[in-house]
Amino acid sequence: MSVDKQTVAKIAGLARIKMGDDELERMVPELNNILQWVEQLSEVDTSGVEPMSAVIENTLRLREDVIDADPKTAGGRRDDVLANAPATEHGFFGVPKVIE
Amino acid sequence: MTDLTRHGVKAIRDGVASGDFTAREVAEAFNANVAAASDLNAFIVGTPDAALAAADAVDAKRAKGEELGAMGGVPIGMKDLFATTGVQTTAASHILEGFTPHYESTVSGNLWAAGAGMLGKLNLDQFAMGSSNETSYFGNVASPWRKAGTNQPMSPGGSSGGSSSAVAARLAPAATGTDTGGSIRQPAAFAGICGIKPTYGRCSRWGVVAFASSLDQAGPMARSVEDCAIMLGAMAGFDPKDATSLKVDVPDWEAALSADLKGKKIGIPKEYRMEGTDQAILESWEQGKAWLRDAGAEIVDISLPHTKYALPAYYIIAPAEASSNLARYDGVRYGIRDLPDGAGLQDMYAETRAAGFGDEVKRRILIGTYVLSAGFYDAYYNQAQKVRALVAQDFDKAWETCDLILAPTTPTASFPLGSLDADPLTMYLNDVFAVPASLAGLPAMSVPATLNPDGLPLGLQLVGKAFDEQGVLNAGLAIQQRAGFDHAPEKWW
Repeated sequence: MSVDKQTVAKIAGLARIKMGDDELERMVPELNNILQWVEQLSEVDTSGVEPMSAVIENTLRLREDVIDADPKTAGGRRDDVLANAPATEHGFFGVPKVIE
Repeated sequence: MTDLTRHGVKAIRDGVASGDFTAREVAEAFNANVAAASDLNAFIVGTPDAALAAADAVDAKRAKGEELGAMGGVPIGMKDLFATTGVQTTAASHILEGFTPHYESTVSGNLWAAGAGMLGKLNLDQFAMGSSNETSYFGNVASPWRKAGTNQPMSPGGSSGGSSSAVAARLAPAATGTDTGGSIRQPAAFAGICGIKPTYGRCSRWGVVAFASSLDQAGPMARSVEDCAIMLGAMAGFDPKDATSLKVDVPDWEAALSADLKGKKIGIPKEYRMEGTDQAILESWEQGKAWLRDAGAEIVDISLPHTKYALPAYYIIAPAEASSNLARYDGVRYGIRDLPDGAGLQDMYAETRAAGFGDEVKRRILIGTYVLSAGFYDAYYNQAQKVRALVAQDFDKAWETCDLILAPTTPTASFPLGSLDADPLTMYLNDVFAVPASLAGLPAMSVPATLNPDGLPLGLQLVGKAFDEQGVLNAGLAIQQRAGFDHAPEKWW
């Protein structure tokens, strides 16, 4: 499978990365080289193989139902959470207007 | 007085504990080396005051007769992928430039609790994506090593290239690294130092900037196997804040170190004899077999039939996870924001990400977005996850006939910066020997073996069963004792 400029523009749109014409042109052959190379995976017979999602056997833990058990991930840290935001207003993240 | 920067982790910890020198003297010596090494560009920011403060705390504890900790008085470099309270954490990207966490990653916190101090934040490939340390927004890192008779800047490997360069150049006795598909082992091999990626889940990923979450693992990089054992012990441990953290005890790897390999079987995978591998690397592999045999091990031939497919599977899985993980950089919560006049929210996202990510990061996000998109998910992503299962099964089968695997770490020695720029694929091939163990989540280590005819270091890789870091470290120690690798780069920086 290979991608053309239009497809790359679509992917870039999905990934929310603005790309100019030059950049799209440059990406097309680079992505195609990589895609052609990974294409060899189709020769592997994987019938009956379950896709691997966890490398080391582990069970999903449940934590004790305790509020703010770990202060590092607890609530009440609004100012810490907002400290690195490019824009804040009234204790919230600030973004451009989204509703007309 | 002896130059304290010649010492490794163990010598510093023991020397401080016994009063041969103070932690402050050690920190001052390394701070001076860091300050004088800007030509290497190994650090994004230095934190000499943090190193001194940690050292003073250790010296004060000693004066009161208190325990100094497993890393007491040892100043280290911290890869700039670990969130550090009050110190800029960038992942070597523009998009996180200026990001100053209000929290500490679990691994760095564990190290400080063990008495270590921070010399600074180390440069790396942007978001840990790269094998040469040429994708950092803050410039390339140079290896302290050079080809004999030339002064071309060489790659320190990647993505933990700041770490490998700093440790090899004696700017730090040890440093943290992270390994997603070889990012500890390949730079360790290029720089003539040791580095171990533990079993997936040993070290908490909490507070580590995420690249590919099912693969990312932190580990130590240092100049000896003993130092790696000590530092890994300080880094590892269960963390409820990481859903994939392993709830298992951390063994005392240092105490159980033994180079006696009697009764151990070492597997030699025939598929690792690949075209394009340097002759000197193949010779060092043979030498490695002889060393392990000398340590009492038996060498057996094994087969890992899906080896050739590990790398292409990795270059689907890792970008897929990265495209998802990096969706969080949107110009809203942290990092830079690019908001042209009158632009809306969607434009802000796209402009911010266009300005904030480098080329390699964009390339991988696009690949990841593509292989996860409707209509391609099964053909690419699902197939890659199935191949990953087969790669892991190869190892499971191998463990029926051997206890450890010996292989080269990389197919070539370090290369000049800029020499592999033209084609991303050529760069990816650097990790061909490292990626299979990553896909299977297994502990794997690189130890220096020898210098090639150009005077550049070559590493040997040991891969162990899940949870058998001890076996990996012990075989590494056996190689270290026989290789007698005590070469240091000639100082030019």
